[in-house]
Amino acid sequence: MNNNFLKFILITFILFLLGALLVFYVVENPTDSMVERTLSPDNIWRTLREHLIIVGVTMAGALAVGIPGGILLSRPRFYYLGKVFENIVNIGQTVPSLAILAIFYTILGLGFNTAVFAIWLYSILPILRNTFAGITSISDEIIESAKGMGMKNWRILSRIELPLAAPIIVAGIRTAVVINVGTATLATFIGAGGLGDLIVTGLSIRRDMIIVTGAALSALLAILLSFWIEQLKSYLVKW
Amino acid sequence: MIRLDNLTKHFPGLERPAVDGLSLEINKGEVCVLVGPSGCGKTTTMKMINRLHEPDEGEIYIEGKNTREINEIDLRRRIGYVIQEIGLFPHMTIAENIATVPKELNWPSEKIKKRVNELLELMGLKPAIYRDRRPPALSGGQRQRVGVARALAADPSVMLMDEPFAAVDPITRARLQNEFLRILEQLEKTIIFVTHDINEAIKMGDKIAVLRKGKLVQHSTPEELLDAPANEFVTQLVGRNRSIKRLHLIRVEDIIAEDFDKYSVKLDCSREVIEEKLTKSEIGALMVVDEQGCLVGRVDNRSLKKKGDSSEELYDEIHDQVTADSTLNDSLSVMLESGEGYVPVVDEKRGNFRDIITLQDLLQEVRNEDEQ
Repeated sequence: MNNNFLKFILITFILFLLGALLVFYVVENPTDSMVERTLSPDNIWRTLREHLIIVGVTMAGALAVGIPGGILLSRPRFYYLGKVFENIVNIGQTVPSLAILAIFYTILGLGFNTAVFAIWLYSILPILRNTFAGITSISDEIIESAKGMGMKNWRILSRIELPLAAPIIVAGIRTAVVINVGTATLATFIGAGGLGDLIVTGLSIRRDMIIVTGAALSALLAILLSFWIEQLKSYLVKW
Repeated sequence: MIRLDNLTKHFPGLERPAVDGLSLEINKGEVCVLVGPSGCGKTTTMKMINRLHEPDEGEIYIEGKNTREINEIDLRRRIGYVIQEIGLFPHMTIAENIATVPKELNWPSEKIKKRVNELLELMGLKPAIYRDRRPPALSGGQRQRVGVARALAADPSVMLMDEPFAAVDPITRARLQNEFLRILEQLEKTIIFVTHDINEAIKMGDKIAVLRKGKLVQHSTPEELLDAPANEFVTQLVGRNRSIKRLHLIRVEDIIAEDFDKYSVKLDCSREVIEEKLTKSEIGALMVVDEQGCLVGRVDNRSLKKKGDSSEELYDEIHDQVTADSTLNDSLSVMLESGEGYVPVVDEKRGNFRDIITLQDLLQEVRNEDEQ
């Protein structure tokens, strides 16, 4: 435990340090005035903040819908509906994330809300599917022996099903976060800001430093969140 | 104690009912074994007792109370339930697994801890070692012991056991069966035991209920089942070698004469005494025991070729032995396994050498039974 905690602190610190060093370097050493304007501390902070808000809001929403939804579909009476849903999700996941944004742009128009809605919908899929799959993959004997010993249904859910499905559920959340951070860089195309702004600006005025800053910060963010979730898993799953 | 009254259960989509008008009465403190081929309705019958399945027709009474009138959660907490080892919760420690029902009943944690330790001791698992392990770290036999301990946790008067010893090798199974029978001598439990293995049924049951296609074919003691099978089906199930099957019903301790002096020598015994005693030993070997009387090895004419003057220097190790609570059939298996015509008998608790049991003894028993 102690060792794990140290590892958690150390790697988190290193990732933050890398990000800070990168920002510090590009702010101090701009190659020209256009780079200086785009990579001002204010502007970097604005794009990062927008990015974090998109990721935070959509992930919170996806967790709030995906996990209860997966639990609900895993109940015996909804099992077949769940199977159908699983297939729909699998198809849904094959649609590229940029296409999802584009589709919702045609329906809801430009803006932050459209991006949040589309990315939220896209992030629900892996969480919902893994929650459903994790719970339904538990062997019948285990559920039956819990029942046979007089555990109530909600106790079976909280003490048996969720703990046993936790590794698979957490894996789904991790997939969702990684996709989410990546898709959020595309939000700039429908005017929702985020670190994608830096990348697109850099591309249009051909300044590598701006592109690299936007790309590296979003990559670091994805690595950090995915690492945190991995740590959460080793905390939850002790067997 | 438990009365099944005209039970019928029909699963949707199946032509014939899984259980068809079954009536059965089980007395207090009795082990009733439900036996029959797969699909005979034995597991379904058992699951109707704790209402995992609801009967379509018929009633079940436990201590005179109709189970339909008891809340199903309360009912299940009062009935111990053991299924094959796979029913343990893999994410919980052994202690947490055993504490399942006490926790549902909101026992104080001190009481739970005490009870868990008590049960682990009863099952021969040291609490200090096993409490905090998880099921995947245990052997098959240990997992099944934990399964039994978990069912005993809240001291239920009724236990349902669905092939509880099926998933282990035959030798471990025989040991678990003997242990369980010994535990039962100390606790008064009414037990419904489901198995497809007629040998297990004969060994474990006070009464055996043979089921076929959801109907009761015969309900009798193991002896009656062997002596007077109700029909061709039961005869087939019991098989031809009924005298051998009877060996399941007799324990080693019932036939041994405690002749340990005749067959054993101490560690410090001299070569001369060994030679002299060997000539009198009918099995051509002597067992070597330590100060406490525990079996450590054996000497025979071949070991005398070794150098050395006392049994301590001469003895060979011995691996095959049976405990006094084993059945004659268990000792026959061990003899066949080891290729010797005898096997030493030791005390099941302290490991003391008690006697030798030979193939001759077993044949004599079979003959005696046949004459009766």
